Amino acid sequence: MRPFVFTLIAMLWIASCMDKEASGIAKTEPEEQFAGGNNATNFDFGQNAFGGQANGLSAAQEGFFVTGNSFFRSNWVSAPASVQSLDGLGPIFNAISCGSCHFKDGRAKPPGAPEEALNGLLFRLSIPGTDINGGPLAEPVYGGQLQDKAILNVQNEALVRVNYLEMSGQYPDGRPYALRKPVYDFTQLNYGPFAPGTMFSPRIAPQMPGLGLLEIVPEADILAFADENDADQDGISGKANQVWDARLQQMALGRFGWKANQPNLTQQTAGAFNGDIGITSNLFPKDHLSPTQQQQYQNVPNGGNPEISDDILKKVVVYTQTLAVPARRTHDDPTVLRGKFLFQQINCSGCHRPTMNTGTDGDIEALHDQKIWPYTDLLLHDMGSELADGRPDFQATGTEWRTAPLWGIGLIPTVNGHSFLLHDGRARNIEEAILWHGGEAEKSRNDFKKLNKNDQEALIRFVESL
Amino acid sequence: MKFLFKGLFLFFFGSVLFLACDKNNEDNTAQLRKDALVQYADLVLANYDDSYNSAVVMKQAIDAFISNPTEAGFQACKTDWLKARDVYGQTEAFRFYGGPIDNANGPEGLMNAWPMDENFIDYVQGQPNAGLINSPASQPVISKEILVGLNEILSETAIFTGWHAIEFLLWGQDLSTTGPGARPYTDYVIGAGGTAANQSRRIQYLQVVTNLLLEHIAQVRDEWKPTGAYRQSFLNVKTSGESLGLIFFGLKEFCKTELSGERMFVAIDLQDQEHEHSCFSDNTLNDLKMNLLGIKNVYYGIYKKSDGSSVSGQSFSALAEKIDRPKADAVRASLEEVEAKINAIPAPFDQAILNNTASIATAIDAIKILGDRLEAAGKAIGAEF
Repeated sequence: MRPFVFTLIAMLWIASCMDKEASGIAKTEPEEQFAGGNNATNFDFGQNAFGGQANGLSAAQEGFFVTGNSFFRSNWVSAPASVQSLDGLGPIFNAISCGSCHFKDGRAKPPGAPEEALNGLLFRLSIPGTDINGGPLAEPVYGGQLQDKAILNVQNEALVRVNYLEMSGQYPDGRPYALRKPVYDFTQLNYGPFAPGTMFSPRIAPQMPGLGLLEIVPEADILAFADENDADQDGISGKANQVWDARLQQMALGRFGWKANQPNLTQQTAGAFNGDIGITSNLFPKDHLSPTQQQQYQNVPNGGNPEISDDILKKVVVYTQTLAVPARRTHDDPTVLRGKFLFQQINCSGCHRPTMNTGTDGDIEALHDQKIWPYTDLLLHDMGSELADGRPDFQATGTEWRTAPLWGIGLIPTVNGHSFLLHDGRARNIEEAILWHGGEAEKSRNDFKKLNKNDQEALIRFVESL
Repeated sequence: MKFLFKGLFLFFFGSVLFLACDKNNEDNTAQLRKDALVQYADLVLANYDDSYNSAVVMKQAIDAFISNPTEAGFQACKTDWLKARDVYGQTEAFRFYGGPIDNANGPEGLMNAWPMDENFIDYVQGQPNAGLINSPASQPVISKEILVGLNEILSETAIFTGWHAIEFLLWGQDLSTTGPGARPYTDYVIGAGGTAANQSRRIQYLQVVTNLLLEHIAQVRDEWKPTGAYRQSFLNVKTSGESLGLIFFGLKEFCKTELSGERMFVAIDLQDQEHEHSCFSDNTLNDLKMNLLGIKNVYYGIYKKSDGSSVSGQSFSALAEKIDRPKADAVRASLEEVEAKINAIPAPFDQAILNNTASIATAIDAIKILGDRLEAAGKAIGAEF
């Protein structure tokens, strides 16, 4: 009797599960809560949720992490300084440390009002055409990036005032929603007016965890996600960016940055040191100055040639490679599973691909052969005219953006105390970010709008659980 | 039958007594936790109060020196900086949990920023005209508002105010392999006998950053006063588990990330002589000792003020000994070991970085273990994190 009852209950239970799947509740998948795989998943869900170190590192790599962390957080100062390893700031810059934009390895907040300074939002500049490597053609005086800050007795390039245009809309069932669109005003252009036709692209500093995993997803796998001509006619194409690899002096698959314009973390990191902080490296040995500015500031002391040594740069890169991804907190919650079902049903997962595997590149074995859950395809997609920056970046057109990885997104409020999203931080929360999706994502966005309130909330709960 | 009743009676009575005891014990532990948190708040207040007072003494010495610059007066400023720094160093054990010192509005960065942008402030070797002090044309005014404003423009993480700014203005760059910086007092002499340019602006800068430091210490201290908003929330709004969690999370971070990592490992990893916090005065080793003393103060619930008097009460150590003796013993042993190992590092720290890395490395290992043990003992007495 008893075994019979037990079996019956078990059968009913299994049947009810199957029933749930049919009625719109997704199943949990094995190990999906371990977003960063077996080694690079962090179980600290507090303010250090993005700052945890991957397990399984060698003793040397653990040491690199500590020193890398220090150089990620520490302020750079103008040269010459007693602390020689940290001097060479500027002459013009956007930030004095990595951590001032990626606070606690997290995401920056856009200015809320015109008088607020930029801390973690920067502007790329270019004029029509391409440079010798096929990249954006830098604005002739201001260069490829606007530096809004400068060391003492050097002029910053300009200030940017941000205003927001409030917009309102309505869901099909009559509920209202609000959006805001940023409007930028470039003031105090200290080196004269921009060249005619100058294009700009705002870029906010995103959260850091899991980058080392994305760096070693095999190129062939990412290219296999691409469907540039939409052969499967699902309205989603997906295109890989091909960008200049400064070390190898050849084109390479772009993986990082809002437009996937960086091929690897060494170049991304060295590029940010150079463009954002004004720190030279062997990879980028010149300060980010136009010829006129170079002439003007030739007597400003530098912090050595280069200002960051290969050794320290390597340690910072290892740090960025080994930041572990927060585990999912509520992956088996029924509402979250309903949201997961809807995420797939309205095809958010068409670009925000849930899972992929890392390969075996690089010497950090702890990151090799891991099943990871980044919710991106690392590809470029047309996101519509409303989100467009109108500024091409290698293969990326003015309307294309890389699918942003969603892992860790639910902990941005905990780590950084805000919930601003998208490349310029215009979305005040996940709902607004979804509503800004256009172009290839327009169908999914419209399907989201058609969901009832409970289902919309379930989908958002799912995204927050990532 | 009678025997049975008696037996049952004894059994029930015994059980009730036992349960009551257990209940009493729990109530008692909860009360001890609360007492220990009150003691913590009192200790934090006493330490910041002492820090403020010792910084006032330093300010008085600076004011006296400025009105009549002499070598003796200059030395007095330095002595008082070192004394005040000792007191402040102990307060660093109250960091790393988003309290009044280092929450979003906390002034920690303005008080203790490192490294310091020395040539943003004044001349350095090879750059006699560097610094805001020597830029009267572009920066005609030196005031609190100007410095705070510049900081806001430049990423909100000041590198030209606080303890190390004052240290630089008193000692100057450390260009020596054996001793600290050797700025002449005549940098503050206006007119005949004066060295370096813009002495009056240097005086202004020193006064502005000294006053700013006092304001910032007072800001944090006031949050811990009985009427302070943070203290109220810490003791009355948060649960004991949450507040204990903050304290022990902070101690763990201090040991495992800041002290052993940032301040010690990185220095020996880089082999950069001046990759040390008090690089102008060569006070770094003493900073470390005071940081450790701060951790001991918190754990043992005792703060010894500069005037010799003590603030003591219910301690986390006594609570830990009551609840989990082995974990408490482990912390005690670790604290003693770390103290011995820090004391074994030969001064000055900048020379040990180059010539005695082993002594620093062994202290690093001990501090990491201390961090783990503090976490374990903290959790045993109810810290939630």
